[in-house]
Amino acid sequence: MTPLFQVKGLSKNYGTHIGCRDVNFDLYPGEVMGIVGESGSGKSTLLNCMAGHLTPDAGQVMFDTRAEGMKDTLEMSEPERRMLSRTDWAFVHQHARDGLRMNVSAGGNVGERLMAVGARHYGEIRDTAIDWLDRVEIKESRIDDRPSAFSGGMQQRLQIARNLVTGPRLVFMDEPTGGLDVSVQARLLDLLRSLVREMGLSAIIVTHDLAVVRLLADRLMVMKDGHVVESGLTDQVLDDPQHGYTQLLVSSVLQV
Amino acid sequence: MSDYNFAYLDEQTKRMIRRAILKGLAIPGYQVPFASREMPMPYGWGTGGVQVSAATLTPDDQFKVIDQGADDTTNAVSIRKFFERTAGVETTEETAKATVIQTRHRIPEEDLTEDQILVYQVPIPEPLRFLEPSEIETRKMHSLEEYGLMHVKLYEDIARHGAIATAYAYPVKVEGRYVMDPSPIPKFDNPKMEMAAIQLFGAGREQRIYALPPYTKVVSLDFEDFPFEASKADACCDLCGAEDSYLDEVITDDQGGRMFVCSDTDYCRSRREAGHVGALGMAQEDAA
Repeated sequence: MTPLFQVKGLSKNYGTHIGCRDVNFDLYPGEVMGIVGESGSGKSTLLNCMAGHLTPDAGQVMFDTRAEGMKDTLEMSEPERRMLSRTDWAFVHQHARDGLRMNVSAGGNVGERLMAVGARHYGEIRDTAIDWLDRVEIKESRIDDRPSAFSGGMQQRLQIARNLVTGPRLVFMDEPTGGLDVSVQARLLDLLRSLVREMGLSAIIVTHDLAVVRLLADRLMVMKDGHVVESGLTDQVLDDPQHGYTQLLVSSVLQV
Repeated sequence: MSDYNFAYLDEQTKRMIRRAILKGLAIPGYQVPFASREMPMPYGWGTGGVQVSAATLTPDDQFKVIDQGADDTTNAVSIRKFFERTAGVETTEETAKATVIQTRHRIPEEDLTEDQILVYQVPIPEPLRFLEPSEIETRKMHSLEEYGLMHVKLYEDIARHGAIATAYAYPVKVEGRYVMDPSPIPKFDNPKMEMAAIQLFGAGREQRIYALPPYTKVVSLDFEDFPFEASKADACCDLCGAEDSYLDEVITDDQGGRMFVCSDTDYCRSRREAGHVGALGMAQEDAA
């Protein structure tokens, strides 16, 4: 089996300060990878480098494209990369308002990616939008409301619908449950888990919440000061942490 | 003549504007930046159009200015006078006689010919502006031909109003490449943009010039199930009886009285001279 996504020797510095250093991993189709670490450990830098929002200083980010097979996304032309990021890739921001158009209706938000890849039939775009709103548990009657009229949890679900509508194969998520209260978080996680399983998505989830990775991720990478200090199967890393920092991280979780 | 250089602007400035115009003609629909000058009128009064006209005019030209189709409104009168004084060119109100026509918000009803130039005044040249506030991003979207967002706007129209409610400044795609703002002309005029005359667009405040060479393919954006429709008021002109011209609704008293008249005053006048009479009009001999 060939990996869907490969990161080789990825490094990014901010001046003399290390963003992330020499990160390597493979991601296989249908696999969910979690990246955990404290604030400032470089996990968001890594995610942004992989998703093409930042240019890394060194390394390769390989993706198994539909047309040409394994290809380094950093060497792609910009139109090619942007096309990739609105078809086969998706990016779920921590704050829904970064990923949504707040002055465009929910239906328009979901339809944007479809129209960007050439859909020109209003009825079909709308039907797809209704279908996707239903899948993320937003009532059809809210389709013409703007996201600013939605609750935080609904905005986040709308952002997910908007990203998944073109049937991407790889989803990047930056703290998808951050800023939501626990019951809303639980439902969102449930939703994400079923979508990932149903669509056979691969995903890379950055979070500082160990409960989230425990539920969603198959594999885990622990980052500290820009370095990957430990990686492995999620249960293995969380139940039997080897590195001192991971042990600290796991023992810091509050037990209710 | 006066103490002004011909057509107000100095020769170097006119050359600079002509270069921008030529570049615009070479890349139809592409917004060419140019060093817009201060003109002796406020932004929004047609400073872009005036600069393009100044760079285009020659002493032999016949110049016509229309504002919302009319030759006799403030904007049209003042710009016409401006060039009468600074260029000494002949001016006319007759569309057929004019060689350069500066327009605000309309295309004349009469078909233009290959010997004519139509100059538009443009307030906001960027069709994506209200969807994407960043200029860097919109330029990138133009260069990469990412125009999905334009359809999001039309989608929103249909979702909210049941039809594409955008009635003016209706976005068009030029030669299958650039999406262009046709300036705030009514969408009724959009199909006329595939014409024999050269069309030049000048935006003074935004410092952009763009252009359409003769017979350029101009397609109004739409959805397959909501096709583009060139709409106008469902009436005919009350003065000349024209059924095919774009109409203004004029309120005539405070009792609810109203009438529809051609927005193109020259077209209306020439039709009445030819003997056409509308519902509220008088025959031309009686009026005199």
